[in-house]
Amino acid sequence: MIQIINTGVANIRSLQAAFDRLGCAWNLTVSAEEIESASHVVLPGVGAFAAATQSIDQLGLRNAIIDRINRLESPTLCICLGMQLLCESSEESKLAKGLGIIPHATTRFGDKVKIPQLGWNEVRPLNNGPFTTGEAYFANSYRLKTAPDGWGAAETNYGGKFISSIWRGRTLACQFHPELSGIWGESVLTQWIEGITC
Amino acid sequence: MLKSRIIPCLDVNEGRVVKGVKFQNLRDAGDPVELSFHYQDQGADELVLLDVTATRQERIAMLETIEKVRQKLSIPLTVGGGIGSIEDAGRLLNAGADKVSINSAAVRNPDLIEAMSTRYGAQCTVVAIDAKKNGDIFQVLTRSGTTAEAIDAVAWAVRAEALGAGEILLTSFDRDGTRSGYDLPMLSAVTSACALPVIASGGADSVAHMVEAFQHGAHAVLAASIFHDAKMTVGEVKRKLTAAGIQVRNG
Repeated sequence: MIQIINTGVANIRSLQAAFDRLGCAWNLTVSAEEIESASHVVLPGVGAFAAATQSIDQLGLRNAIIDRINRLESPTLCICLGMQLLCESSEESKLAKGLGIIPHATTRFGDKVKIPQLGWNEVRPLNNGPFTTGEAYFANSYRLKTAPDGWGAAETNYGGKFISSIWRGRTLACQFHPELSGIWGESVLTQWIEGITC
Repeated sequence: MLKSRIIPCLDVNEGRVVKGVKFQNLRDAGDPVELSFHYQDQGADELVLLDVTATRQERIAMLETIEKVRQKLSIPLTVGGGIGSIEDAGRLLNAGADKVSINSAAVRNPDLIEAMSTRYGAQCTVVAIDAKKNGDIFQVLTRSGTTAEAIDAVAWAVRAEALGAGEILLTSFDRDGTRSGYDLPMLSAVTSACALPVIASGGADSVAHMVEAFQHGAHAVLAASIFHDAKMTVGEVKRKLTAAGIQVRNG
C-alpha cells in the first residue's frame, strides 16, 4: 500500500490517478505510525513552503518523515515542493524550517527566465539512477542549485543548471511531476515502486 | 531548455465538445473524454477544458467529465469557465484539474487571483484574458466576449502577475475561430510587459501561425479547430515545428 502524506496543501488527484493507472493501491495518511511502517510513502506538494512545513508540524509528522528517509531502505517519493522540504530552508519563506535532511536552501530562479517555470524540460541523470534521460513537466519558482553529498542527482537547464531530482537508498525526490509527465513519468513511478508488492 | 507547448483546447457545452466563431454559433466536435485521450496519445503537452455551459446542473456534470478525463490523463489539465469563487476553484482541483483558469470573476474581483495563488499556488492560478483591438489598446472582454470592460489587456496582465497569477491565457476575440492566425501585436504587447508565461489563443490554422506566436514571445499555443477538424495531428504539428527550429517535447 502506498501511503500519500496528506498535508492538506497539495492537489493530489493527479497523483492518485497515476497510481490507479499503475494498479497500485494508495491511501491518504496523516499518521506518523503509518509513515513509519508503510511499504511506500509519498510526500507530495504544490503550494507554499511555509504552509507545508506548518502542516507537517501541526500533524506531528516531522520526525516520522525524517527517520523514514534516513533509514535509507524505505521507499519514499518526494514530489515538487516535497523535494524542497528535504532542505534546511527556502528563500520562499525564510523563517520556515524545512526537514533539514540535506543541508541546502532552495532559491528562486533568476530574472532571466519566466517564473514560475511552467512546462516540459529535459531531466538528465548525472549518475546511474532510477530513470533515464527524459522530458518532464515542471511547475516551480524555486529550486535546488547544487546536489547534496551522498545523493545521486539529475540536472535540468532553466536559465542555468539546477538539480531536478536527487536519490539516496530507496528515496527518490523529483522537482518535476512524474504523475503529469506522460509515459516517461509513469516509468519513473514504476521504477520507484518496483520490487515491492503494493 | 523549456519546450514550447502545444495545447489542444476543448470547449465543453452540455457534455459535448463544441467549437464556435468569435464565441458564437457553436457546433458539435465530439466527446470530451475520448478527445482528451486522443490528443494525449498524439503528443499534446497539456489540455485545456473550458466549460461554456450556463446552468448549474451542467456545471455539476462538468465535474464528472473532469474526473473521467483525469483518471486516464498523464499530462496537465487546465479547467476554466464560470469560476466565480475560490470554492469553485477548489471543486475543480478536487475533481482532478491541475490548473484553474479564471476570467470574468477575476475582472470583477481581482482579489480572487491573490486568494487562489495563496491557497493553491501560483502554478495553478491561470488568468484568462479575452481581448479585442479598440483604437490604440486591446480592450478586455468578459462574459464570453459579450461585455466590454474599461480595461487594457496589457495593464491587466501586469496586474494579474502582481496579484500572484502563474500564467496568462490570452485569447484574441477578433481572431477566435477565424483561422487568420494569432493576434501578434497583442501577443507581443503582453509578453513584453508581463513576466509570466503566456499561452496564445485564437485564430490558429497552420503551423506557420504557431511559429509566429512563439517568435512573438508565446510560451505555449492553444488550438482547437485545427485539431478537432483533423486537419493535422498534434504529432504532425510538432514535427513541423521542430523543422522550423522550435523546440518541442518529443513525447
